[in-house]
Amino acid sequence: MDQSPDLIFRTLADPTRRSLFERLCREGEQTVGALTAEAGISQPAVSKHLGILKEAGLVKDRPEGRQTHYSAQLKALGPLVDWTQQMARFWESRFDDLDDLLKRMDQ
Amino acid sequence: MNHASPQLRTVTVEREFAHAPEKIWRALTQPHLIEAWLMKNDFVPALHHRFKLQGDWGAVDCEVLEIEPQRSLSYTWAALGLDSVVTWTLTPTAAGTHLRMEQSGFRPDQDQAFHGAQYGWNKFFGALEQVLA
Repeated sequence: MDQSPDLIFRTLADPTRRSLFERLCREGEQTVGALTAEAGISQPAVSKHLGILKEAGLVKDRPEGRQTHYSAQLKALGPLVDWTQQMARFWESRFDDLDDLLKRMDQ
Repeated sequence: MNHASPQLRTVTVEREFAHAPEKIWRALTQPHLIEAWLMKNDFVPALHHRFKLQGDWGAVDCEVLEIEPQRSLSYTWAALGLDSVVTWTLTPTAAGTHLRMEQSGFRPDQDQAFHGAQYGWNKFFGALEQVLA
């Protein structure tokens, strides 16, 4: 799976999708019906958001009889963790260089 | 501070420097000095000025969002397919200056959306960190 932080950020930028994903993280696997009951939007709208979350690898679906169950895929958040770790290392090293520069500016 | 829960959205680096805010401000805003510790650039300390930081690995597209001399500086940071905002805050201390850099990853389409998004992301990652903790 080639997920970029960009795709994940874009997918979760929508407050409704983010709240659906957040609920799946918090409460575990849910049916579309159960998610719709609390989402305040129509079932087709919920299904559409779940489809977009699925394309981004953020949720997995499991059909069972007439129902489809959705669960959150926390592994998909990996690129975000990678991004913050990379940037933290980048800035720490830039701060070191800034420190060196400030000392040179004294002279 | 609790280091157990991962900070997914924001990168914060803080350090105390034995130098006056005025001097650190120069290092953050004068192109030849920025180049000495960060990257080659065409920075101008003016609101909405667009500039590029040129790294060995590619360019970062930036736009100045906020500027308050010797206190704070904020610019967008678009690189590697991700838009974010870098904010510098300088606080005078007895020994010199406390410098804080915060980089937040999300798309600030406009000011209002920026604050809305910031609120949403904070809430989201707060909830998520509880799940992951």
